[in-house]
Formats: sequence, C-alpha cells, structure tokens
Amino acid sequence: MPASRPLRDIAVVAFAQTDHLRTTDELSEVEMLMPVLHQVLDRTGLKTSDIGFTCSGSSDYLAGRAFSFTMALDGVGAWPPISESHVEMDGAWALYEAWTKLLTGEADTALVYAYGKSSPGSVRDVLTRQLDPYYVAPLWPDSVALAALQAQALIDAGDTDEPALAAVATRSRVSAADNSHAQLRGSVPRGDYAVRPLRTGDCPPIGDGAAAVILAAGERARDLCERPAWIRGIDHRIEAHGLGVRDLTDSPSSRLAAERAGAFERPVDTAELHASFSSQEVVLRKALRLDDSVDVNPSGGPLAANPIMAAGLIRIGEAAARIHRGDSDRALAHATSGPCLQQNLVAVLEGDPR
Amino acid sequence: MPEVLKAPLVVEFPFTRSLGPVQSAFLTGLRERVVLGVKTGDGRTLVPPVEYDPVTSEELGELVEVAATGTVTTWAWNHEPRRGQPLGTPFAWVLVKLDGSDTGLLHALDAPGPEAVHTGMRVRVRWAEERSGAITDIACFEPYEGGSAELTGSDGRFEEMVTGIVAPARLDYTYSPGRAQSGYINALSDRRAVGERCPSCRKVYVPPRGACPTCGVATSEQVEVGPRGTLTTYCIVNIKAKNLDIEVPYVYGHIALDGADLALHGRIGGIPYDQVRMGLRVEPVWTDGGRYPDHYRPTGEPDADYDTYKELV
Repeated sequence: MPASRPLRDIAVVAFAQTDHLRTTDELSEVEMLMPVLHQVLDRTGLKTSDIGFTCSGSSDYLAGRAFSFTMALDGVGAWPPISESHVEMDGAWALYEAWTKLLTGEADTALVYAYGKSSPGSVRDVLTRQLDPYYVAPLWPDSVALAALQAQALIDAGDTDEPALAAVATRSRVSAADNSHAQLRGSVPRGDYAVRPLRTGDCPPIGDGAAAVILAAGERARDLCERPAWIRGIDHRIEAHGLGVRDLTDSPSSRLAAERAGAFERPVDTAELHASFSSQEVVLRKALRLDDSVDVNPSGGPLAANPIMAAGLIRIGEAAARIHRGDSDRALAHATSGPCLQQNLVAVLEGDPR
Repeated sequence: MPEVLKAPLVVEFPFTRSLGPVQSAFLTGLRERVVLGVKTGDGRTLVPPVEYDPVTSEELGELVEVAATGTVTTWAWNHEPRRGQPLGTPFAWVLVKLDGSDTGLLHALDAPGPEAVHTGMRVRVRWAEERSGAITDIACFEPYEGGSAELTGSDGRFEEMVTGIVAPARLDYTYSPGRAQSGYINALSDRRAVGERCPSCRKVYVPPRGACPTCGVATSEQVEVGPRGTLTTYCIVNIKAKNLDIEVPYVYGHIALDGADLALHGRIGGIPYDQVRMGLRVEPVWTDGGRYPDHYRPTGEPDADYDTYKELV
C-alpha cells in the first residue's frame, strides 16, 4: 500500500544541538537546554511567543528526578501559558506529536526539543527499568547485555562478524571527525569486551546533551528557511516486548514504518540511523534496504554521540540539516526506543528540487 | 565559578504488582518447579506466557506445561556481573527455547567460560533453593547433555496461587543541582538568600533555577534578597507528617522576600496559627547547624499593603 500524502506540507526549518559531553555537572537540565532553544529561534527569527506548539521528550529516570521536564519548561518561556506537551520518550516521538498537531491546522509552527543527562546515574542500570517488570526486569539485564544477545544472533545467522562490527564503529567515528558536537571523534580503539560479542568500541558513549528543531507548515516554512527539509512521510511502529518472541536479526517494525513513510518509493541519498550499537546498524541496513550508495550516519551517529532521549531527534535534525545545506535531496531518519530496536520511527525528508 | 555541589541520591522503591491469571499461574508454577507456557490460536506455545497474543492480540489463557530443559537460541558472555543480576560470577545471558516452547526465555546460564557456551547447546533449569513465585525462582540455567526432561503433568492449577510480586528497584545517582541552585545553596550556608535577575524582564527569581520562565532566557545576575519578607498566602496544616517533629496545626506559607519577584515557601512560627494573615511581615529563624531557615516568624512591623504583593500571590 503506497504511503498517503500528508494533508499539509510540513518541514524541519531549523536544528541545533549541544556539544555532547560525558558530564555537565555545572549545568542543570534547563541550563543545558537553553542555548539550543535560542539557536533554533535565532535561525528562524522567531520568538518563543511566535511558536504555535511546543513538545519535548525526556525521561526522569536518567537524572533520578520526578517531573524534571517541568523545570525544563522555564527555558521556553512557559508563562504566560503556552500550548505544550511532553513525551516520556525520545524527542523524535515529540516531533511526531508536533507534526500531527501541525497537520490539524491548529498551529503553523512547532518547537520540539529533547534532552538527556545520563551522567548522574548508571545508564545500563537505569534502562533496565523500562523492561517487562514481571519476567525480565527482576533479572537486571542491562542495555549492553541485551544488545549483545542481538549481536550474537546476527553473528550466528551469518549477517555479520566481529571485524565487520568493528568496521561499522570505525566508519562512524571517522565520520564524526567533521562533527564538532560529537563526543567521540576520529579513531577509537575496539576496546575490550563489554558483554561479548560486543566490545566497548561497539557501544555508544554515555553523555549529556540536548537538541531542538523547529517545524513549520506550508509557506511559513519557506519564509523561515531557505531550503526547508520537507517531511514527506513519518510513521512509527512497535513489536512484541518479549525478546524471545522476536527475530532479533530483523526489524519488521522499522521496515513497516519506512514503508508507511514512503521510504521505498524512491532511493534516499542519506540515512541517519539511531543505531546505538554497531550491530543495530546491521539490522537496520537490512530492514530499511540501504545499500552502499546511501551515506549512512555521516554525522557519526549514536556511536559518536548518544544523549539518551535526544539521539533520535538528532537523527532527524542531522538529516534535515544536510538538506538545508544542500548536501542531501532525500534523506531517511530513524529513531528507536526500547531494548533491541523494540520501537522504531522513520521519517523521510526532502528538499525542493534543484 | 564557585564549586558546583554534588551529593549521592538513591531512588529506591519496592514495586508491588498484581498478576493476571496467566502470570499468576506461571509464577506459581515456578514456585512448584513447573514451567508453563500459553497456547496461541495458531498452535504456538509462548514461554514465558503472556495474556494477549503478540501477533493477533487475541486473549490467551490455555496453559500448557513445557520441559525444564531446552536449547540456547542466542547468548552473550557477561564477564562482569552487575548488582541484582542472577549470578555473582561471570555468566552468559541466554535466550532458551524450552522443549515444547516456540519462544525464548531470557535468563542466565552458569558456565565456566565463553568457550563453554554456544548457540544450540542444551541446558536445563537450576531451581533456586527458596522459591516464592518469581522469575528468580529459576536460579539460572546450567549445561545439560540429554533429551527433554519429563513433565510433572501439571494443569496450571496450584494451591495458594501467587497473585502478586514485589520487585525491589534501586538506582544510584550523583545529584548536582547545577550552577544557579548551587549558588543559592552556598549562600544559604552564610545565612543569605540570593536570587537571580532576568536580563530581559528584570524580575528576580528565588530560588534561582537559571532561567526566566516568562522570557525563556538565562538568568545570571545574582541579587541578594530578604532577609525579611511578606507572607503572600498560607495554609493551616492539620495532618502530622511521618518523621516530622512539628506539632499540628501549623502554618505553611508563601513568602515574598524583600526584593524578590517570586515567593518561596516555608513554615510560619512564633505566632498562633489562627492569627496568621496575608500581608504578615516575617523574617527567617535559623537553628544551629541548619542548612536553611527552620521557619519564619513575625517581625512586628505593620502588615504590608495588599497592592505591594498582589502580583506574587
């Protein structure tokens, strides 16, 4: 079934991200976030009071503070009252909500932001709290262990091997040499096993960071941006929470989301994949039918900077920024959430023909 | 910049959860050394069992016993076990397809090293000595050479079904309040209150959080406020809080410190609760070793005029 065209043309018109750092003790979450909010506003000339809808993504579990996102609202000038929403997920899902809001015609512009401070806690332990609380969470399987199970399944299936995984990590970090925001740049050693078969080089850095984008509809987008990154389609899908129910070597939810977003109608030239582990890129390349003609994660991807809850939004932002700059005409952006690529979002972005 | 504060923060909670009929049978079964799966409409057996078919979303409830032996479908070697994980010595995480099941169960495999583990290897359940009806009643899996273990013949009905679990969770953090709030807390140790002024609207926020919620810009100019202030609004507390050594009723109020454009909150003391009123002028009372004012008491000044604090109520 072909993807249906959106009711309105909606584009990403601005993107900004922080430098992603291992720790940012001196900054509260709102202090970390504010500079990127100001950057996207400055780039479009909009003021906070011009924004029709604001939506954010973050997780209280990272910092261990209840309702931490309400504090972050200080950074967007939430008084007097604004039209606002929050998702306890990656900011890519906040962008999805903002996109649907713009589709309704109730707003013409939206500010989407996401942030994660992983430094206060232990990410591997924190992420166990998103697992099934009856059968899985009591065993405390950490995020690296679950990714390693997926990696071994890929190796057993003949889809990859350890040198190929190392090559994914190396390519990502070499690409990140041009990304001044990345946390790990240039060559990074493969390292020791974290959880075999994954080495530290196959795993993303742990860090703090934030990102923001502005969406605009129709002519408004052209007013705000020289070359808007039009969202041609966006869709997200989920699969069974039980890891043993899924085929870990495949990502049918990514494939379906991509199909519904129109990704397979014409080739893309760029793909920004939220593959936090080298092994996940192997799964996603297959599911999303990306061949060597596609520039995958030219930003370095999550292996170079992985601020949890912002990393997926950054994929959309990086893809859009390439269109803004004229480096891409048609890009795929992917975001994920949950263990072993449980939930997947795919957006297809295009620039106007040149 | 003065040193940013840091302190350990532990978030700990015993998650208490009730079980539906399928989960109840499965976990009670583990207590009785029986592994149960659930049948789907197309004849598959899911272990661990779920209440709804992940493919069709059909409601499931037909329990069937599967063997306590099975085959590893994928694995990962964990050389550094973490807190809470099933084994304290290096082990393999495994997905095990138990004999008679069509899906994988996640657990730990006790093996001497990664060279002793491979996909397709045969394993069996090692039961925990003490079992309560939890996934941890399976202590782990262990290597096993042989065929399918015999079934017990259970139909999934047991005496004294387990109807709930308590899953303790603990996460350890190092909390840092950031620059603005560190400045506030550090000033308090000198018994001073400082706020931050918004460069745009000029309002002074106490305690400062580093941002102006109206303008959405960073605040940075530190401003000393108080010590005296005006009670803008209050409530009378009649419920005694656990571990709080304050007699009820007492008064809790919003206090606009002189020079501040945001009221902070604190307890009002030194005056009978039924004589407290809006506009009361108050000052902080510090106790020895206190990190913040213990309470605020009347200064004896005439009450403030409503117009002087109405924006702050």
